[in-house]
Amino acid sequence: MITQKFEYTAPKSLDEALHLLASGAKPLAGGMSLIPMMKLRLAAPEHLVDLRALKDLNYIREAGGQLHIGATASHYEVESSALLRQKCPLLTETAAAIGDVQVRNMGTIGGSVAHADPAADYPAALQALEAKFVLKGAKSERTVSAAEFFVDTFTTALEPGEILREVIVPIDDARTGTSYQKMAQPASGFAIVGVAARVRVNAGKVSFVRIGVTGLSNRAYRATAAEKALEGKTPSPADIQAAAALVAQGVDANSDLHASSDYRRHLAVVHTVRALKTALSRIA
Amino acid sequence: MNINLTINGKSYSQDVEPRLLLIHFLRDVAGLTGTHMGCETSLCGACTVELNGKAIKSCSMFTVQANGADIVTIEGLATNGRLDPMQEAFWNEHGLQCGFCTPGMIMASKQILYRNPSPTEDEIRHGLEGNVCRCTGYQHIVNAVKAAAAGAGK
Amino acid sequence: MATTTVKTETFVGKRIRRREDPRLITGTATYVEDIQMPGMHYAVIVRSPHAAARIRSINTKQAEAAPGVVSIFTGKDTKGVGAVPCGVVMPDLRVPQHTILATDRVYFVGHPVAVVVARDRYLARDAADLIEVDYEALPAVADPEKALAKGAPAVHPQWPDNVAFTYHQDGGNVDKAFAEADVVVKQRITSQRLVPMAMETRGVVAEWRGADRQLNLYTSTQIPHLVRTLVAGMLGLEENRMRVIAPEVGGGFGSKLNVYAEEALMGYVSMKIQKPVKWIESRRENFTCTIHGRGHVDYYEVAAKRDGTILGIKLKLIQDVGAYHQLLTPLIPQLSVLMMPGIYNTQNIRADIVGVFTNCVPTDAYRGAGRPEATHGIERMVDLLAAELKMDPAEIRFKNFVTKDNFPYATATGLTYDSGDYAAPLKKALDLVGYVKLRQEQADARKQGKYMGIGISTYGEICAIGPSPATPAGGWESATVKIEPSGKVTIMTGTCPHGQGEETTFAQIAADELGVGLDDILVIRGDTAVVQYGIGTFGSRATAVGGTALYYALQDLKAKVKKFGAMLLESEDVSLVGGQVIDNKSGKSKSFQEIAGAAYRALKLPPNTEPGLMATRFWEPPNFTFPFGAHIVVTDIDGETGQIKIRRYVAVDDCGNILNPLIVDGQVHGGVAQGLGQALWEQAVYDDNGQLITGELMDYAVPRAHLMPWIESHHTCTPSPVNPLGVKGVGEAGTIGCSPAVVNSVVDALSPLGVRHIDMPLTPEKIWKILAAKN
Repeated sequence: MITQKFEYTAPKSLDEALHLLASGAKPLAGGMSLIPMMKLRLAAPEHLVDLRALKDLNYIREAGGQLHIGATASHYEVESSALLRQKCPLLTETAAAIGDVQVRNMGTIGGSVAHADPAADYPAALQALEAKFVLKGAKSERTVSAAEFFVDTFTTALEPGEILREVIVPIDDARTGTSYQKMAQPASGFAIVGVAARVRVNAGKVSFVRIGVTGLSNRAYRATAAEKALEGKTPSPADIQAAAALVAQGVDANSDLHASSDYRRHLAVVHTVRALKTALSRIA
Repeated sequence: MNINLTINGKSYSQDVEPRLLLIHFLRDVAGLTGTHMGCETSLCGACTVELNGKAIKSCSMFTVQANGADIVTIEGLATNGRLDPMQEAFWNEHGLQCGFCTPGMIMASKQILYRNPSPTEDEIRHGLEGNVCRCTGYQHIVNAVKAAAAGAGK
Repeated sequence: MATTTVKTETFVGKRIRRREDPRLITGTATYVEDIQMPGMHYAVIVRSPHAAARIRSINTKQAEAAPGVVSIFTGKDTKGVGAVPCGVVMPDLRVPQHTILATDRVYFVGHPVAVVVARDRYLARDAADLIEVDYEALPAVADPEKALAKGAPAVHPQWPDNVAFTYHQDGGNVDKAFAEADVVVKQRITSQRLVPMAMETRGVVAEWRGADRQLNLYTSTQIPHLVRTLVAGMLGLEENRMRVIAPEVGGGFGSKLNVYAEEALMGYVSMKIQKPVKWIESRRENFTCTIHGRGHVDYYEVAAKRDGTILGIKLKLIQDVGAYHQLLTPLIPQLSVLMMPGIYNTQNIRADIVGVFTNCVPTDAYRGAGRPEATHGIERMVDLLAAELKMDPAEIRFKNFVTKDNFPYATATGLTYDSGDYAAPLKKALDLVGYVKLRQEQADARKQGKYMGIGISTYGEICAIGPSPATPAGGWESATVKIEPSGKVTIMTGTCPHGQGEETTFAQIAADELGVGLDDILVIRGDTAVVQYGIGTFGSRATAVGGTALYYALQDLKAKVKKFGAMLLESEDVSLVGGQVIDNKSGKSKSFQEIAGAAYRALKLPPNTEPGLMATRFWEPPNFTFPFGAHIVVTDIDGETGQIKIRRYVAVDDCGNILNPLIVDGQVHGGVAQGLGQALWEQAVYDDNGQLITGELMDYAVPRAHLMPWIESHHTCTPSPVNPLGVKGVGEAGTIGCSPAVVNSVVDALSPLGVRHIDMPLTPEKIWKILAAKN
């Protein structure tokens, strides 16, 4: 399998990249989704701009009380980051659940997130983390929330000519428990359903909870009904179950060869319970 | 586009079409046919090589993306006729049958030990998630990685 | 003259690492895709996107003008090439004309329509997109049962009922058995279509040397000689003008036990363009255009007495043929019928096969080829019977086994089982797994609402294929052994190993027979210009049939070596020990090197003896061999998700004598992996329009390392009397024993819910649906 012809640029600067993107070029990051699609001739960009050439987009750092992850940080770099492991373990756990070793070595957080595959792993965690996305165009830069960013299947808030420059996630201290629970599609490794949970407990009651869900529908989302149901409750198995039962409320669930919509909804509930219980057990 | 890269210690400077896949550069330009095309969609790992110390799938990367990189392929493991310990372990443990997945499997196995010198069976199996073998049922491959780890620890 | 130093080291039976491995682990082996030739061109095949369509027109103009393109051929051009052969002859077999390129109609998605030849593979691929084919889409049918229904679209218009063939077999008196039965259990059991998915896709390099009228065809095949005979015939080329080379072959599993359109097509192209041409199948093509396996819908009935004694078996077998017959397509379900009684003593059987055309790629031999389907059927039925009679599944098996004093045993299907002790592996497996304790644990688990299953399968299979009258192409095998003038030994085998390790096991056999070291021996295979005619590697036959041919060739050669040795030692009483011929009286000896030197120098010859040291044997097996075994699988089911976890996998296989335990273990592991693939994950799913929706590794789930359980592999040993090596074969055993053990285990786990049967693959959703419905 061979792709169609295209022009390739390894830009020297972000400005150069943005200039090319503004004139119709498409960004290439790790290529783990794009290149197979090009080889199957399901995608045929005429001009690729290789963002991995921009070394200053590859960083993981703490600043202003938040964690900043450059778009071209690979899944492996996220998975193995000591900083993230300590301050945002949900993200390292999720990164480790993506694809396989080789894909994690090559694939990038920016590429994965901007591709917005509805079965990708990161978006669940980023929804639960209420991550912010810095979108950069030739003339502008703006920051959008995860809730705004994930629009639809393979569709994000990115405008033509914009790139995702950075992902910003909050620092979770040891009082926050997190977990990502996933049922993998056995062939592709993508999530049939994946649920990320973040939870804090104060005086025996859930004081904070965020639940992000991927794989279930056209886009990753935050299960706010379930969150509300759990907040202020003692996290008993019955409370957790009752909250989790709301995770797929109002969601139009996907159906395919690997899982019907009913099964996906059920799995979402099961994995929400598991994610919440595991997250609670991890609170220091 | 002109690119420069190093493969198994040898430098290459070559004009390539942007769409030339890295695996085709390795096989057709550098003549290193040990790296195999198995699935073409980055799911089988037969094309695994080491790029700047990391295992990657060369069927899903353009050569131009590897400009400036240092690449090691299966042909680069044995030195002066001495097999790499991982190659030796695959041989001793019967970690291969038809051999087609083997170069990629060995490269992926080496990556496991780079990062974790004494992996558990579970860690080995997860480290090989991206590599399909249709012959062995993986058990002898797991044994080979264990044996290589044990040998390296001595 | 050397004094005697007898080499005592022997090799047969030892865990010896393989002699083929150095080239494979260093990346220096040569597969078809690795072959480069001066002036080589590249072919890309344009294929039908429709499962059924009329071709109105093909416009190649734009593609012809594309950069690098030298030629484009369509079905009009290749009309003179013979049809893709079906090797099976049956009274009412309907054989559609299977041209190498479609002419006026296409019959499945992937049907080859045109071939683009260019000087570069990238340019050939680009030009392929420029070929315009005007199709008139027609209704298609992809499901064999739907294809049999009235009013279904006709795959081939001349046969509106879509019946490709029927086959009936009766043994004993089935009607009486069922009339006398206390109990009859019935079940519809499917064995889904599978994609063989060898890691190396198919590929062909054809090199026509016009001045010599010589076609060299490098192809990834399990049967180079048969390819030569059949492709030469298709191309109208004299067979001796064609050389087929199977270089390194990256897995086959039956999918390369075939003759494919592309093999003849590349020969045709090379002859036309007068240049070498290479075609490498893409993975997508491999999924859609290389044969699939299985594809059964079986309706079973088993009659039994209340004490569990099986009286008779009825089977209605619907075989999904696909759009055409490939080489052995109609034969595969007949193997199922042969195997349908399993290893149970019942003399009353009735089988009716109907082969059905569908708008899908043809089915043919895939690891086990008919025997996994049959074993899955009978082993499920025995469990259903046990459940019906509230008997333990082990007990009902012990009750019905053909007992070990009954061999050779003639089956109701016309086979003669060579040797066996069927209770032995089951006893051993039950002990190894701790059956009694596990049943107790299961009872406790059930009280806690947990789903734990213990599944048994006891299988027999047909190996060492096989006696020529029972095969379509001859079932013998050949071997040549030469002792070179220097004393080194060269073996040429007619088999075509591609991972099974015969370069090692055959060297082990020869080393022990001749008393030389493994390093003194080279095994050559896979080149029709070098190796005498042979049949190939499939059906767990290479060692049992090809190894036996080798064994007899070695006996002939040893006799000749002794004659020369006796002449040199001037003795009548000599023996061949440790790579030397020894005078039994004086103890004086002559080395192989000395004897070979004398045999080729030929200054003096023993009486009635020709110069040289070479022997060739073509061995015709008097019977198949029948390995057997018992697999036990312990599963735990996640009651929330339906996911199945395999806690234990115990395999006790009896493949007769074992030449190399390391290799045998590898065969068992790999076989089990493919059985587990069918049981849990793999399925070739066509939608109603005949589109293969599991047409990539993205959707077709093959076993991966993290999904596989640890396999506890053990053996019993009942040598086969069919061959002097006492071997039976082991290439397919794991696959055959596996799937029923897994399904029996899961059904056992869910039996408190009233579950009797689940069809494969046992996806978590299927299990969850059962749990959700019952709870």
